[in-house]
Amino acid sequence: MSQNPVSTFDNDSAHWLVQARGVTKSFGEGAIRIPVLKGVDLDVARGEVLLLVGPSGSGKTTLLSVIAGILESDEGEVRILGESIPELSASDKTKFRRDHLGFIFQQYHLLPTLTAVENAAVPLLIRGVSKHDALAQAEAVLGNMGMGERLAALPTRLSGGEQQRVAIARALVGNPKLLLCDEPTASLDGETGHRIVQQLHDVGKQPDRAVIIVTHDTRIFEFGDRIVHMEDGRVDQIQHGQEEPG
Amino acid sequence: MNYVALKMLFGDRAKYLMLLAGLTFSTMLIVQQGSIFWGLMTWSQSGITNVNAPVWVADSNINQVEEIKPLADTAVTVVRSVPGVEWALPLYKGVQRARLRDGNYEQIALVGIDSSTLIGRPHTVLEGKIEDLRSPEAVAIDQLGIERLGGPENIYLGTTFEINDHRVRVVAIVKTQKSFQNFPFVYTTYERALSVTPEERRKLSYVLANPVSGVSPEELARRIHEQTGLGAFTEEQFGWKTVQWILQNTGIGVNFGTTVLLGFIVGMAISGQTFYLFTVENLPQFGALKAIGASTGMLARMILLQSFTVGFIGYGIGVGLATLFGLTAGSGGRLPFKETWPLLVGVAVALLLICSISSVISIRKLAKLEPAIVFRG
Repeated sequence: MSQNPVSTFDNDSAHWLVQARGVTKSFGEGAIRIPVLKGVDLDVARGEVLLLVGPSGSGKTTLLSVIAGILESDEGEVRILGESIPELSASDKTKFRRDHLGFIFQQYHLLPTLTAVENAAVPLLIRGVSKHDALAQAEAVLGNMGMGERLAALPTRLSGGEQQRVAIARALVGNPKLLLCDEPTASLDGETGHRIVQQLHDVGKQPDRAVIIVTHDTRIFEFGDRIVHMEDGRVDQIQHGQEEPG
Repeated sequence: MNYVALKMLFGDRAKYLMLLAGLTFSTMLIVQQGSIFWGLMTWSQSGITNVNAPVWVADSNINQVEEIKPLADTAVTVVRSVPGVEWALPLYKGVQRARLRDGNYEQIALVGIDSSTLIGRPHTVLEGKIEDLRSPEAVAIDQLGIERLGGPENIYLGTTFEINDHRVRVVAIVKTQKSFQNFPFVYTTYERALSVTPEERRKLSYVLANPVSGVSPEELARRIHEQTGLGAFTEEQFGWKTVQWILQNTGIGVNFGTTVLLGFIVGMAISGQTFYLFTVENLPQFGALKAIGASTGMLARMILLQSFTVGFIGYGIGVGLATLFGLTAGSGGRLPFKETWPLLVGVAVALLLICSISSVISIRKLAKLEPAIVFRG
């Protein structure tokens, strides 16, 4: 399973899916430059569900963005599937995200004029899969998530839970290795949130996959293999599942 | 992603209709105004096109076809002496007063053509025979003349009226292109035209000429000018000279140009703003697409597809509406309306420009878009 972060890379890429070392990130210029990440080390193992928690401004969303390769770190390195993300060109980062990462956002960010199945098919369409095949695969994923009856519904006709399930289907349809989730339950009621995270947990437990969830929601802590507490831009504490932070 | 782009475009009904309305209005305005402008320019050349001659010889200082600067009678023989001239004939052209049977007066454009060859006669004879112009008092009158001089119940073959107190008789009704001044065209022989018009020292308006085989009208016009010092132009050159004079000496060009520019600006403003709003309102979604793996190039292609699709539809509807306007308001030659393919191509290019500029504004916004915004709640 997972171990405490170390300061050098462990080259066992068969075990580690994500490795981050000495990641720093600041925003602003000169006197108003604010350091948000202050040398973060983090490892995520294959088959692991990792929760990233901490108060607002602790740097967890910034860390998620850096891991995803959509924000450049000032220093340090992130490796996913053994690939050094900072060394990739902008277009290669885009391709890497397209081929290996799945995203789930707090606000879902579904395209409002596309139906549920069309929204779920978007990552495949971006990859150049034909419309027919993309819709068929998206339909299958949505069916597995209990959304088979709501395929033709527009996002405005879906409840928050249903929208999030469409977002999860969109994240899963391309079979990504790493699922990055930003506050996936923040807009959901307790029961729906619980069900959603259960589905994410099931995904994360599949071999060769991992899930990172940024959350404030203490009700879902039970689903994490590890809970990484961030404080003031640093990893403050790592707690293994079901443990009380100490 | 073309499918997604088009669903995004057509799915946002309000913005799509706003974009479509802006581009349709812009197209319609430019096509309609451009067609009326070109219709007017066609009317301005009717003095040339209603008289079929390859080369026109006039005073060297002439500016346009309606500006008559009479020539000496010897000009005809002078032109005939130029090598390459097959024939050269006199033409009278001038605005005269016709007195109707009810005592009213109406201004007419009198055209006197060579009586032996009848060269300079109109293309189409609707009633009667143009050869009857050789008979005493004979004139041919155009369809506008019928309308202006009393209507078909009062003006028909055999009807008489007066030109400068000289009685003339209608022997043919011909079809002509309306003139800029909107005077009816009345054709007669050159000799009769001279006899019914007031005394002047010079009455020869133009010399019409034709090149021999193997000499182009352009070459003949050049030779005539070089050897006689007279102004000599092909039919096309004289037409453009007339158009150029109108553009330089009237406000028509500025007026129509301003309206066309306004059409362009309105189209640009509406589509640019709506497209920008469309992009800004969908920024989180575009950000999500970027995060998921859509490149800026892919998003740019989506925006261009959306823009050109709505532009293409707007162009079709706009041209359709403008054509409908031309067919209804301009029917029977009441309105100068000439929709030409160069105008339609020009409008298509203008619309491409509008769509491209509108797209570039949005694409720039997307190029700068940080996908990280999708993680900010």
